[in-house]
Amino acid sequence: MKPERRRFLGWTAAAAAAATLGPGLRLVELALARSPEEAASTLQRWGLLIDTASCSDCDACVTACHEENGVRGHNRPLTDAQWIRKVSLRDRRTGFAQTLPLMCQHCEHPPCVDVCPTGASFRRADGIVLVDKHTCIGCRYCVMACPFGARSFVHEPVSGQKPDVPRGKGTVESCTLCVHRVDRGETPACVEACNRDGGAAMVFGDLNDAAGELHRRLRTAPSTQLRADLALNTGVRYQGL
Amino acid sequence: MASVQYREIEGRSVGFYGLLSGLALVIAGGLAAAWAMEHHGHVITGMSNRIVWGTPHVFAVFLIVAASGALNVASVASVFGRELYKPLSRLSGLLAVALLAGGLAVLVLDLGRPDRLIVAMTHYNFKSIFAWNIFLYTGFFAVVALYLWTQLERRMNGYTRPAGMLAFLWRLVLTTGTGSIFGFLVARQPYDSALLAPLFIVMSFSFGMAVFLLVLMAACHWSGRVLGDALLERLGRLLGVFVAAVLYFVAVHHLTNLYIARQTDLERFLLWDGGIYPLLFWVVQILIGGVVPLVLLFSGRTSRARGALAAAAACVVAGGFAQVYVIIIGGQAYPQLIFPGKEMSSSFLDGVVAGYVPSLPEVALGLGGVGLALALTVLGLKVLPFLPRSLADGKPDSATA
Repeated sequence: MKPERRRFLGWTAAAAAAATLGPGLRLVELALARSPEEAASTLQRWGLLIDTASCSDCDACVTACHEENGVRGHNRPLTDAQWIRKVSLRDRRTGFAQTLPLMCQHCEHPPCVDVCPTGASFRRADGIVLVDKHTCIGCRYCVMACPFGARSFVHEPVSGQKPDVPRGKGTVESCTLCVHRVDRGETPACVEACNRDGGAAMVFGDLNDAAGELHRRLRTAPSTQLRADLALNTGVRYQGL
Repeated sequence: MASVQYREIEGRSVGFYGLLSGLALVIAGGLAAAWAMEHHGHVITGMSNRIVWGTPHVFAVFLIVAASGALNVASVASVFGRELYKPLSRLSGLLAVALLAGGLAVLVLDLGRPDRLIVAMTHYNFKSIFAWNIFLYTGFFAVVALYLWTQLERRMNGYTRPAGMLAFLWRLVLTTGTGSIFGFLVARQPYDSALLAPLFIVMSFSFGMAVFLLVLMAACHWSGRVLGDALLERLGRLLGVFVAAVLYFVAVHHLTNLYIARQTDLERFLLWDGGIYPLLFWVVQILIGGVVPLVLLFSGRTSRARGALAAAAACVVAGGFAQVYVIIIGGQAYPQLIFPGKEMSSSFLDGVVAGYVPSLPEVALGLGGVGLALALTVLGLKVLPFLPRSLADGKPDSATA
């Protein structure tokens, strides 16, 4: 066999092997998702579904969130940090009343990230919107820009911080989707508490994962994004609104 | 062109040191307020997570907007070639730099972490208009300094016109940037309008001219310089045109909002039943800051009286503060629309007008910025020849020694 021919056959075999094994390797990659050492990846888009019909008149999610993240108030609701809050709604025309939790909507195009002068406000590749506590200068432009009032400026010295959740007076913070838990493969504290003590109204998951519960629920019933007119593509979706 | 004789102010009198001491006290008050806010946190202010930007921002935005407007007189002289205003160009540049410094000092000292200013200078997100403004503000200092140099240094006089043109364009962009801080806030109904950029530009023309007139009259009065009636009348008429332009833009902005169903509740709040905000709007911004100055400046009986001119300028300043207050505080007090058609209530007082009372630290910090701007102007006038020896009518050159 001529060397050229031999080389050609060799390359062809290699290409065929790559074409056969490539998708398999890709599947393995998807299945493994990410280990703690890996950076966040666009393979995931973490999100939440809140079924307002199941949302009971409790604040288990709020209590759990603030406990998990070491957020303590001083009984001053307008200056205390509120990473998540229960909102009561009443239709102006029909009087229909409902209640739901409201927090950072983890937008794909977050206005808070757009306006931040230092880039402290940022969006992780997996869709979680966070504040870098080292580069936030406390200008509060992101608080002005957030359509959902989801951001809090820390007005007072903080105590009792959790190792996973750095906080600091004079900086801005908001729901992190419990990123420290998500990175360990767990669900956010609010979702866990809602399933345990509340109406099981919250589903956490990967919006990209077609086999996941979140994807299934969103695929089979209508849902809405808050301020959909702003085309922010929020990671948090609501049903029953 | 015959040269104008400039001279530093003497600056030895009791009045001079009294003025500087008074301003130093005001600045010290501002610094003490900033320290207290930094130490205890913003909880000691009237600001909250609903009223995120408060009185310090009202002062800061007024000063920054007035800064670019204070450069008007120089622009009219250098860019549009009006010889009459040329002797005032240096003061115009000095005041612009001083006002900007005062405004930025307030803005920086109000930050949650003013100690991280270096972060703001080293980390940039270029999608943020705030980040752009950092360049626009620092660049303004450089451009106006260059402009002043071409005026103060005889060998550089030939470059005054291009430098003036650069400063003029820069200030237009700068005020566009300041207006866009609010204009780009898509999620808040009271902002979210491209009109805010040109509105801020005409506001800067008006506020800056008013501050310039007051400073000019005070400086000439206290340093015993002649100030011609004709010159003052021309400046007054220019101020009147700017005041009218602001009223026009304000009218267009509100009329547009009134036309949009989604915005009518907001307009009712701002113009009618919003408590302090309609009061400030109609009485201070429109009546005192708009109608009264126009009457004073254009009625035949008062347009030549110096007292009336000074009163008109002071009214414009008062109206300007009210306008910025209504834009910044009123705009935040109005609840954000998250669920159209629904009444909203929560521990965050969603759906309810947010309360706000300016606190002492905020007012002290804001006044500190005004004090700094004025102190820098006074010191500038003493150390460098910014003011002509005489500004008598028709013969600016005759004062040449």
